[in-house]
Amino acid sequence: MSEAGFVHPLDVGAARPNSPSPTALSATEWGMVSFLLSEVAFFSTLIVTYLAYVGKDRSGPTPAILSLPLVIGTTICLLSSSGTVHLAERALRRGAVQTFALCWSLTILLGVIFLLGTAYEWYGLIVRDHLTISANLFGTTYYTLVGFHAFHVTCGLIALSIVLALALRREVSPRHAIAVELTSWYWHFVDVVWVIVFTVVYLVGR
Amino acid sequence: MAVAEQRRELARPSWTATLHDWVTTVDHKKIGILYVVMAVVFLVVGGCEALLIRWQLLVPRSDFLGPDTFNQLFTMHGTTMVFFMGMPILIGMGNYLVPLMIGARDMAFPRLNALGFWATLFGGLLVYFSFATGGAPAIGWFAYAPLTERTFSRSPATDLWALGLIVSGVGTTTAAINFIATILGMRAPGMALRKVPFFVWTMLWTSVQIAIALPPLTAILIMIVFDRNLGAHFFDTQNGGSALLWQHLFWFFGHPEVYILILPVFGMVSEIVPVFSRKVLFGYEFMAAATAAIVFISLGVWAHHMFAVGMSKTEDLFFVVSSLLVSIPTGIKFFNWLATMYGGRISFASPMLFVAGFLSMFLIGGLTGIMLAAAPWNFQLTDSYFVVGHFHFVLIGGTLFGVFAGIHYWFPKVTGRMLSERLARWQFWLLYIGFIMTFVPMHVAGILGMPRRIYTYDADRGWAIWNQLTTIGALIQVPSFAIFVVNVIWALRRGRPAGDDPWNAWTLEWSTTSPPPSYNFEEIPTVRSRRPLWDLKHPDDPDWEYE
Repeated sequence: MSEAGFVHPLDVGAARPNSPSPTALSATEWGMVSFLLSEVAFFSTLIVTYLAYVGKDRSGPTPAILSLPLVIGTTICLLSSSGTVHLAERALRRGAVQTFALCWSLTILLGVIFLLGTAYEWYGLIVRDHLTISANLFGTTYYTLVGFHAFHVTCGLIALSIVLALALRREVSPRHAIAVELTSWYWHFVDVVWVIVFTVVYLVGR
Repeated sequence: MAVAEQRRELARPSWTATLHDWVTTVDHKKIGILYVVMAVVFLVVGGCEALLIRWQLLVPRSDFLGPDTFNQLFTMHGTTMVFFMGMPILIGMGNYLVPLMIGARDMAFPRLNALGFWATLFGGLLVYFSFATGGAPAIGWFAYAPLTERTFSRSPATDLWALGLIVSGVGTTTAAINFIATILGMRAPGMALRKVPFFVWTMLWTSVQIAIALPPLTAILIMIVFDRNLGAHFFDTQNGGSALLWQHLFWFFGHPEVYILILPVFGMVSEIVPVFSRKVLFGYEFMAAATAAIVFISLGVWAHHMFAVGMSKTEDLFFVVSSLLVSIPTGIKFFNWLATMYGGRISFASPMLFVAGFLSMFLIGGLTGIMLAAAPWNFQLTDSYFVVGHFHFVLIGGTLFGVFAGIHYWFPKVTGRMLSERLARWQFWLLYIGFIMTFVPMHVAGILGMPRRIYTYDADRGWAIWNQLTTIGALIQVPSFAIFVVNVIWALRRGRPAGDDPWNAWTLEWSTTSPPPSYNFEEIPTVRSRRPLWDLKHPDDPDWEYE
C-alpha cells in the first residue's frame, strides 16, 4: 500500500483510534484469535479420528508400546516453555530487552528439546517396534496427530527464531509488544494442543 | 471535461503495467474484483460441464458421453461450483464491500488478502490440471471413501483434486480470518456491532463458520493424500479404515458449507429489500440473532446427509430434530423480509427483481429441504434426482439469484456506470423461466425413482420426458448468462454514469465516489445510526434519534 494515510494495523497495535472501546481487542488480535479458532477445528478433526480408530487394529503394534518416561520429560519442557515465553513478553513490556532475549532464547531451547525428544521417540518406534504410518491404523493416526503437532511446534520455533534474530540486532523494542504477544499466543496454543494430544494418546488411548 | 478525458487517454498505462498492477495489488477492491472475475469464469466452465451432462441425459441410452467422462464431469461440476464459483464470488463481494460499509480503508491484512485470492485461484487451476493427467477425478464432489483410495482411483487426478482443495481451502480460511479481524477491529468510530450493515453482520458469521468448518475438510483431504501416497489407512476399508468416518467428517464440513454459500446472500438481500421498499429492515435484532442461530445449529445437522447409511434410531431422531430447527431462524428471516416490504413503496428495479426471484425460488428450496430433513421421507428419496432438484433450488434459486441481485445493486458503485435495465430484465426472465424448467422436472424424475449420477437410463422407466424438459430448461438459461456478460461489457463502455448514490441508499459505501478512490474515504466517517448516509442527507431528521 503506497497510498498516503493508510496505516497498517500492525503499526498501531492495540491503540487503534478506531477501535470501538478501549478494552476491545485490536484487528490484529482478532486475526490471531480467529486463526487459532481454525487451528482448533483442524486438530479436533485429527483427535476425533485418532479416538475413532483407537483399539480397532487386528494386527501390528498397539499404543501399549508407547513409553511414558521420555514423553513426560519432553512434556515438562514444552509446558515450562509456555512460562518462559510469558516471562519474556512481560519483560519486553517493562522495557527489559535483555531479560526478554534471555527468556525468549530459553523458550526456543525448550522447544528444540521437545522436538529432539519426539525425534528420538519416533526413531525407537520405527526401528525397534516397526511402527510406520503404513503399519496399521494406530501408526496412521498416531504419526498424523503427533506429527502435525510437531509440525506446529516447528512453525512456532521458526517464528520465535525470527523474533530472536530481530532482537539480537536490537530491532525489538516495547513498541513491538503486540507482535511479540501474538507470537506467544501461538506458542501457548501449541502447548495447550499438546496437553490434549498427550492426554488422548498417552493417557486415555494407552 | 474534454481536457480531462484527453489527459486520461494520454496517461493510459501500457498493458504490462496494468497487468503488473493487478497481479501485485493488495487493494481490497481490486482483490474483490479479481475474486468475482475468477468466479464468473469458473461459473462458465462449470456451466458448460452441466450442459454436457444434460445433453447426455437428453435421450435414453445416449452414447454422447461414456460413463467415465460423465463421472468426471459431475465431479468437476460440483467441485467447481462450490469451491471455485460459490465461495469466491461471495468472498469477493465481501472483500469489496465490507471495508467500504464499515468505513475502513482496507481489510485488516491486505497482503494476506492477496495470498487468499491467489491460493484460491491456483487451487482451482491445480484441480483442473487433472485433465492433463488423462482425465479428471471421477469420485463425486463429496468423494466418498473408499472410492478415493488408490485401489479404486488409480490416476493422479484424485491427488490433484485433494491438493487443489487443500490449497484453495487455506486461501478461503485466510479470507475468513481477515474478515473477522476487519469487522471486529476496524469499524468506523461510533459503529457498534449493533449498527453494522446487515451484509457485514452475515459476512462476520459466515467467516466464523468458514473458520470452524473448512479446516476439518483440509484435515480429511490431507488424510486422503496420506492414504494414497504414504500407504496410510484412514479410509482403507480393507485394513480397518472406516468409510463411515469419512461421511461424518466430510458432512461436518459439507453441511455448514451450504450455509457459508447462503448467509452472505441473506445479507445482500437484507441490504437491497429495505432500499427498494423505502423502509428500514424489519426486526434487525431478530435477523441478527437468527443469523447466529443458523451458524450454531448448522454445526449439528450434518448427518441428515447420511440417514440411508443406517444409523441408530437415536441418531436419526437427533439429526431430524436439529435439521428441522434450522427452519425456525430461516423462517424468521423470510418473514422479516416480507414484513420489510409490507406497506413499502416497492420499486422493481433490477436488483429488487432478482430479490423477488430469490425469495420465490429459495422458499421452494427451503420447503423441499424440510421434506428431506424428515428421515422417513429421506429414506425414499435419498440420492435421487429429488435431492439434486432441491439443492439446485437452494444454490441457484437462493445463492445465484441473490448474487445477481447484489451484482446489479453494487455494479454502479464498483464501475461508476449503470447496467442496462432492459438487458437485466431479459437476463432475469430467461434465467427465471429456464431455471424453473430445469429444476422442477428433476423433482418429478426423482420421485419416479431416477437416481442421481447415473449416466443413462432405459426408455421404459418414464424418465425421458422429465429429462428432456430439464435439458431444454438448461438451454434456455444459456442466453441469460450471455446477456449478463454483454450487459457488463456494454455498461463498462457506454453505461449511464451512476453518480455516488444511484439508489438513494443509506449505507456508507454510497457516501464515497463511484468507483471509490483507492483509500475509500478521504475522512473516516463517524457513525451514529444504522443508516449513516441517511443521517448525512437528512441532518434535520436523523435516524439516530429513533434508534
